[in-house]
Amino acid sequence: MSAAQTSAMPAHRSLFDRVVLLHLAVLAALFLAQFVVGDYQHLSLARVMVLATYAVGYNILFGYTGLLSLGHAMFFAAGLYGAGLAAAQLSFGATEAFVAGIAAGLVLAFAVGLVVLRTSGVSFMIVTMMFAQAGYLLSLYFGEYTRGDEGFVLQGDIRTAHLFGLSLDLTSPTVRYNIALALLGVCILVCLALVRSPVGRILVAIRENEERARMLGYDTYRNKLFALVVSGTMAAAAGAAYALLFAYVGATFASIQYSILPLLWVLLGGVGTVLGPIVGTLLMFYLVDFTSEYTSAYMLVVGVALLGLVVWFPKGLLGTLREKVIAWLP
Amino acid sequence: MRMTRYSSSIPVDFGPHLFLAVLEGTVTAAVLALTALGLSLVFGVMRIVNVAHGEFFMLGAVLAWWFASLVAGSAAVGFLLALVLSPLVVGAVAILCERTVLKRIDYNPEATIVATIGLLYIIQQLALTFYGPDARPVQAPINFRILFPWFGYSGYKLVVVGASAALLIATWFVLTRTRLGLIMRATQYDRETAQAFAIPVDRVYAVVFAIGAMLAATAAVLIVPIQQAHYLMGHDPLLLSFIVVIIGGLGSILGTVVAAIIIGLSDGIISVFFSPTLAKILATLLVALVLVVRPQGLFGKIER
Repeated sequence: MSAAQTSAMPAHRSLFDRVVLLHLAVLAALFLAQFVVGDYQHLSLARVMVLATYAVGYNILFGYTGLLSLGHAMFFAAGLYGAGLAAAQLSFGATEAFVAGIAAGLVLAFAVGLVVLRTSGVSFMIVTMMFAQAGYLLSLYFGEYTRGDEGFVLQGDIRTAHLFGLSLDLTSPTVRYNIALALLGVCILVCLALVRSPVGRILVAIRENEERARMLGYDTYRNKLFALVVSGTMAAAAGAAYALLFAYVGATFASIQYSILPLLWVLLGGVGTVLGPIVGTLLMFYLVDFTSEYTSAYMLVVGVALLGLVVWFPKGLLGTLREKVIAWLP
Repeated sequence: MRMTRYSSSIPVDFGPHLFLAVLEGTVTAAVLALTALGLSLVFGVMRIVNVAHGEFFMLGAVLAWWFASLVAGSAAVGFLLALVLSPLVVGAVAILCERTVLKRIDYNPEATIVATIGLLYIIQQLALTFYGPDARPVQAPINFRILFPWFGYSGYKLVVVGASAALLIATWFVLTRTRLGLIMRATQYDRETAQAFAIPVDRVYAVVFAIGAMLAATAAVLIVPIQQAHYLMGHDPLLLSFIVVIIGGLGSILGTVVAAIIIGLSDGIISVFFSPTLAKILATLLVALVLVVRPQGLFGKIER
């Protein structure tokens, strides 16, 4: 994988080389998709794009830094509740609530990162899972405000966002779709810029061999903390957007299942590929959607996919594609 | 949570209240010790974390309901049938998982966690498909109440404590006093050297994984007359087992039992006087901190 990684970074590159063009083309395709799909697909795609943003964030930590977190739902939930509670309890406007959600995720990621990054490998996985579980239980414990598993619905003024003098009606499908796309677009480009930057290379060096990166003089703890904060903040942005766009906030999003799903999406799409999370989220979303029409045991698909990917297909779709066909894919 | 059922018989006095909490905590601790011991054994010998452990527990309970329902006449016969057959079937399922999945990924610690999460959903959702979403009871094999001066208490719950203690002692005996135990401990201590001394490490792994699952299944059969069988019931035992195993130290029977008693009792007491959710939050954070403070101990041993 490391050989492919180096060849993905040509020595001379302009601002608009084929890599950037490819990513802009994918985003353009997603923009055009809204004019051809039906109402139901329109809403589904908006959801997929918000969830894919979550996966993009997860991938920065797991795919590029090599830290497998089993507790990312706490960051997604921090954004979800940060925005949702700010709107419902403190009557923030939509824009302010969105910022509050992101800030909640950023602070949480920094604080949790200081503690959990003292561990590595299996204990990192278990500790993040434990923290996320504590977060989930907290959302149940403060059921008076969060309404626990049942959750609460955002309504009224909060469904209109005021930004730069514009009033955006968040109940309109077109507005929702394009806000979701804008969020995903920003996160994809940030991710792309990050992995092509010197910092991104340090993160990959940590993934490949942390001991060696440390020997070369890099402060691995600090770089890992940076990756975790960026990753957690993106997850929180996705959570905040989810709460504000789809107007529902519930404890399910803090549960262990929502820590496992981004892992699955990233594994399916391709670990350590910028576009992999979008591909993985899209495929898995429709697979689960399709299965749930036939059986209530649709999580079976998740289990089978997870197992199959780990045992037979650990590089995922785009990872395999990069290995076999297009080595320049970042 | 389970306390509410007795709320009508609970007097307001502090003493009896505490006594009841301790009794309930002891039952929790006994079953927890068995479940956690299974997880601890698998980690100790194979150096892997089995996230599907709670699902083996659930499978044990669901199968117990099925076996017990086959025997219509006597509750005791049905229960004993379940107590014997249910762990055996779960053990067979565990061996199947170990051979087809874990062996294939060469027991890589991180891949194993992801793979066993996959197994978790597969087993859980198959249970939902074939057993359904309902919670179903199994009748207790015996039915008597012990009358304390303040309230009556289910005699079966004390039988559960006794049976768990007997099984823990039996496991300890096997591990420390038999040839099988010696082979297991040798594999745990140094895999390569054990292999050089003609110990079939590969088969030891399969056996240990099965025994771990069977301990969880047995604990589930014991608890099912109190708690009912449900396809989502594996979640709590898994998290509590993690907590116990991490606090108690891995592969140590004594540590596991002591930690199970501490967690079981404190869970019972905090649940009665405060809230069950708060008890779980505190235990979860405690574990996270134990792992952070001792990163090289416990789980850190994997990377030697």
